[in-house]
Amino acid sequence: MASEPLVSIENLTVQFRTDRGWATATESVSFDIGDGDCLGVVGESGSGKSVTALSILRLHARGTSRFNSGTIRYDGRDLLRASERDMRAIRGRDIAMVFQDPMSSLNPVLTICDQISETLMLHRGLSRIEARKRAIELLDLVRIADAARRVDEYPHRFSGGMRQRVMIAIAIACRPRLLIADEPTTALDVTIQAQILELLRDLRTELNMAVMLISHDLGVIAEFARRVVVMYAGRVVEDAPVDVLFRKAMHPYTEGLMASMPALDGPVRRLYSIPGRIPDINEQVAGCRFSPRCGHAEAVCLTAMPDLVPVSPDHRVRCAPRTRTTGAG
Amino acid sequence: MIGRLLLFKLLQAVPVILIVSVLAFLLMSLLPGDPAVIIAGEGATAEAIETVRRGLGLDQPFHIQLGRWFARLAEGNFGASLMLNQSVLSAMGERLPVTLSLAGLSLAITLPIGIFAGSIAAYYRQSWIDSLVMTVALLGVSIPGFWIAIVAVILFSVTLGWLPSSGYVPMSQDAVQWFRALIMPAAMLSLFQIGFLARMTRSAMLDVLSQDFIRTARSKGLSEWKTVGKHAFRNALIMVITTMGILVSTAIGGSVVIEQVFALPGIGRLVVQGILARDYPLVQGVMLIYGFAFVIINLTVDVLYTFADPRVRYD
Ligand SMILES: Nc1ncnc2c1ncn2[C@@H]1O[C@H](COP(=O)(O)OP(=O)(O)O)[C@@H](O)[C@H]1O
Ligand SMILES: [Mg+2]
Repeated sequence: MASEPLVSIENLTVQFRTDRGWATATESVSFDIGDGDCLGVVGESGSGKSVTALSILRLHARGTSRFNSGTIRYDGRDLLRASERDMRAIRGRDIAMVFQDPMSSLNPVLTICDQISETLMLHRGLSRIEARKRAIELLDLVRIADAARRVDEYPHRFSGGMRQRVMIAIAIACRPRLLIADEPTTALDVTIQAQILELLRDLRTELNMAVMLISHDLGVIAEFARRVVVMYAGRVVEDAPVDVLFRKAMHPYTEGLMASMPALDGPVRRLYSIPGRIPDINEQVAGCRFSPRCGHAEAVCLTAMPDLVPVSPDHRVRCAPRTRTTGAG
Repeated sequence: MIGRLLLFKLLQAVPVILIVSVLAFLLMSLLPGDPAVIIAGEGATAEAIETVRRGLGLDQPFHIQLGRWFARLAEGNFGASLMLNQSVLSAMGERLPVTLSLAGLSLAITLPIGIFAGSIAAYYRQSWIDSLVMTVALLGVSIPGFWIAIVAVILFSVTLGWLPSSGYVPMSQDAVQWFRALIMPAAMLSLFQIGFLARMTRSAMLDVLSQDFIRTARSKGLSEWKTVGKHAFRNALIMVITTMGILVSTAIGGSVVIEQVFALPGIGRLVVQGILARDYPLVQGVMLIYGFAFVIINLTVDVLYTFADPRVRYD
């Protein structure tokens, strides 16, 4: 097989403490992120994308969350069992993250320079002066004009798109091997979205890092990713290279997501949307969690949770009827 | 920018000062009793009382009296104390260092302890540390200051004999004795302040710790110390600064009681004596001083706030 993946998530189950006891946010999530790969994770809001991403860096609130099972292998280690000290060394240096809301993700009372320099001084041992020089270069790299002057400003002087560029500059400062971007463009308007995605794409090749891009928008993922993991209600339901997925998506949920994508050049029509809504983490759903919303549900779907089955070496699907007769067609 | 802001705040302070001086003036006519009778002294003849009344200008119409009052203040003339053989200004001048020492030392105790206690309570929220800090803070704000002060005197002065129970030594004369005389009163004054500040800091910290940029700080690999002590604390501090005005104001109020209990010759004790002796000019003078103090405190808080929050500094 191919070379060792950079990060390998296996059987990840994360629970949160709620009013009604521990509720399961993700269950048995497994997928790999290849070195230098470009992975897209897609699914409606509430499907467990952020929970999975935050698990990689172990950034969940302590006390109110727990890992019930699973391993996240990185560099020969299991991140879920690594010491807090080891995790701190990995965060921001090996694996960095960009969050959804650029308006609240930067510290309002620290200068941009200070916020970029921090990781450089911590992980790279740069002096304050060296870090400042590097911070200016990084702002240039994320295409912020007049970087030498703007580096000393505070976040409130930057627009949403600019702040997300700053967040990206912070994330790539130590040249991480994996950049996790959790809905980095969701809070931005469309033209800015495109610029940020283009920036991420360019940086990925330039810095030769793996990117895990999370979005609820399959259109964004289609444009960006090489491989796609589709999540629904805390589970991976399909995992395939992007071209395979668009040619022959196998899970009804994936089909639903595709049908609800606006066609770029097609006629303006009413957008399709999957009927129903994603279950709350406290809701119990027997069998396949998508079955209440699925137009193809059969008796078997209502009783047993289907497994994530490989239908080809690089294509996995969690749907009992669709994977029953593998090799058919 | 800061200069302009300061000017604006100073202009805002003018009406406050004016209102305080009018209130101080009204003290003469609002308090029960006839100032002329009291000032003339016991057993004075009707003639003598009339003379005093004319001397004070109390026979003039209201607006003339008010005009004279402002004219006098403008000259810096606060009048002469009735009970002390000196001018109101020099009487206050003698006592001011005592009250400032008390308030300053109290603040020096309050700030680090209150902020630290509130911060760790927020960081370890809903743990025993949080409960402990919050219970002690609640006691601090609920126990009457004079009561705990008397208990402290009995314990530290009477029983253990560690600290003097009353009196004051100027710092210029003997810094050690100054400190020994003030540490207990200042600590007692701080109890309420610490309770108040710890609760304020805790709620500010809780608010900040749930913000997205705290998660960003952790995602960079920063230590908990850096995350909380730098990223969270700087933001919480802004909220805490806005409550500093209330904090210092209550310290001034509390100093009146504490100076009484520990027989410290400060402004608070002076005003209590003045009220008991119906020393109108003196009480008026202290009212004005307190008014000025509040204005200056609030100005200081505004300036500090401007320095702490870059969003204000620029706009
Ligand atoms: N800290 C938390 N406490 C309780 N429930 C949570 C928490 N974080 C996420 N969840 C729940 O876990 C599920 C998955 O959330 P999330 O991963 O944020 O979804 P998304 O795919 O939109 O990123 C949701 O039902 C959400 O309500
Ligand atoms: Mg999310």
